[in-house]
Amino acid sequence: MFRRLLIAALILAAMPAVAQRSITVASTTSTEQSGLFGHILPIFTRETGIEVRVVALGTGQALDVGRRGDADVVFVHDQAAEEKFVADGFGVRRFPVMYNDFIIAGPAADPAQVAGRRDVAEAFRRIAARQAPFISRGDRSGTHAAELRLWQAAGVQPAGGWYREVGQGMGPALNTASAQDAYVFTDRGTWLSFRNRGSLKIVVEGDQRLFNQYGVILVNPARHPHVKAADGQKFIDWLVGPAGQRAIADFKIGGEQLFFPNAEAMQPGRSS
Amino acid sequence: MDEQPSIFGLAFALLARGDAELMSIVGLSLRVSLTAAAIGFMLGLPIGAALAMLRFPGRAAAVLVANTLLGLPPVVVGLVVYLALSRSGPLGFLGILFTPAAMVVAQVVLTMPIAAALSHRALAPRWAELRDPLLVDGARFGRRAAVLAGAARPALVTAFLACFGRAIAEVGAILVVGGNIRNHTRTMTTAIALETQKGDLPLAIALGLILLTVALAVNAIGLLAAPRA
Repeated sequence: MFRRLLIAALILAAMPAVAQRSITVASTTSTEQSGLFGHILPIFTRETGIEVRVVALGTGQALDVGRRGDADVVFVHDQAAEEKFVADGFGVRRFPVMYNDFIIAGPAADPAQVAGRRDVAEAFRRIAARQAPFISRGDRSGTHAAELRLWQAAGVQPAGGWYREVGQGMGPALNTASAQDAYVFTDRGTWLSFRNRGSLKIVVEGDQRLFNQYGVILVNPARHPHVKAADGQKFIDWLVGPAGQRAIADFKIGGEQLFFPNAEAMQPGRSS
Repeated sequence: MDEQPSIFGLAFALLARGDAELMSIVGLSLRVSLTAAAIGFMLGLPIGAALAMLRFPGRAAAVLVANTLLGLPPVVVGLVVYLALSRSGPLGFLGILFTPAAMVVAQVVLTMPIAAALSHRALAPRWAELRDPLLVDGARFGRRAAVLAGAARPALVTAFLACFGRAIAEVGAILVVGGNIRNHTRTMTTAIALETQKGDLPLAIALGLILLTVALAVNAIGLLAAPRA
């Protein structure tokens, strides 16, 4: 009897502590809106008792939040920007976690006749030559950065009435493309979980250059002393370790895997 | 629009199911917005009373400012509060960015001018009527303000409900300072914004209907509890 009371008291005493143990992660709309976090975070919380609070923004904004010290961990997809973040002393070290891929979605009528092509640069050239409506994120996100690199690879300076920057997240950009029967560059995860497609369908996929790598970085506690470094690093270790990598691979929408874990393959230095 | 019946059906099904996450979202929306409206009203009411009762240089300009601030864009308030509460900002030591407390702060900034402007408008005509007897009575400012507020109670209830309405309906400020974190800072309006981004428009509208229902309930209680005008 006494012991039972004691256990109950201990549980009660521990509960606020468990609820209070949390980290803040600045991440991207693609990981949040695809449902990946909804799938993997409860598993991590169950294993460690650490609650993960995700603020979903574009990659540029998420890195800004990290730079200001308002998150403990950033989990984004723009390798060049991530490496600069670490080099500038805002992050401790970048760990590759997983990849997915980008696709071009477009109207079923396909005015630029790009459907079924593999060469994404060629597809961009055709869309520009046709001046077919194209929706760009225009928001400094990782997806926007990848899109701009591909225009450069295509040798096209996109401008004019057909090239429309919405300055918003992936979802609003897809909503706009769907309403205007325009082409749009999107990550596959957001596309698969997006419900308001209208006449849009995948027109270009599979090019090597459409590969989209995600990385995770602990915000530097040397610069921002309040950063929860131990719990943040625990989350990173879990993500790149076997349990986290398995949880990422297990996440599927309609039987289709969205993100492909590759922490090991990308880190030959950390040989097993 | 053949979607309409399914939207109403969806809203009803969501409510009937009593989904725990939905209930906590509704609860957080109410908690944050009622708290912010109450604090904003407490801070704005004395300002409105002072504007109605006192004669001081710059009073007309102060009334103009209070009324102009009724049009304060929530996203601008959100950004200013974000920069203030950020770890790199002047109030960063509080560590309340991306918490419900930050959302309350932002909504207090939004509701205070409403309380000031509307209570000024409600109290000024009463002051014209009651000034002489109160001055003869020799009452102090606080006492005079209390008598005046008592006389203008119905209009002040409306002012409070206007504060609440502004708070519960806005998304721009709380999205920026709260971060729309699931199970932590997600409210009705930020959930609606999220579902819109995900392209789940029927669910977004169903959530909007639930938000309206909740606001209706709060207003009904407020108006029933208030004395008749």
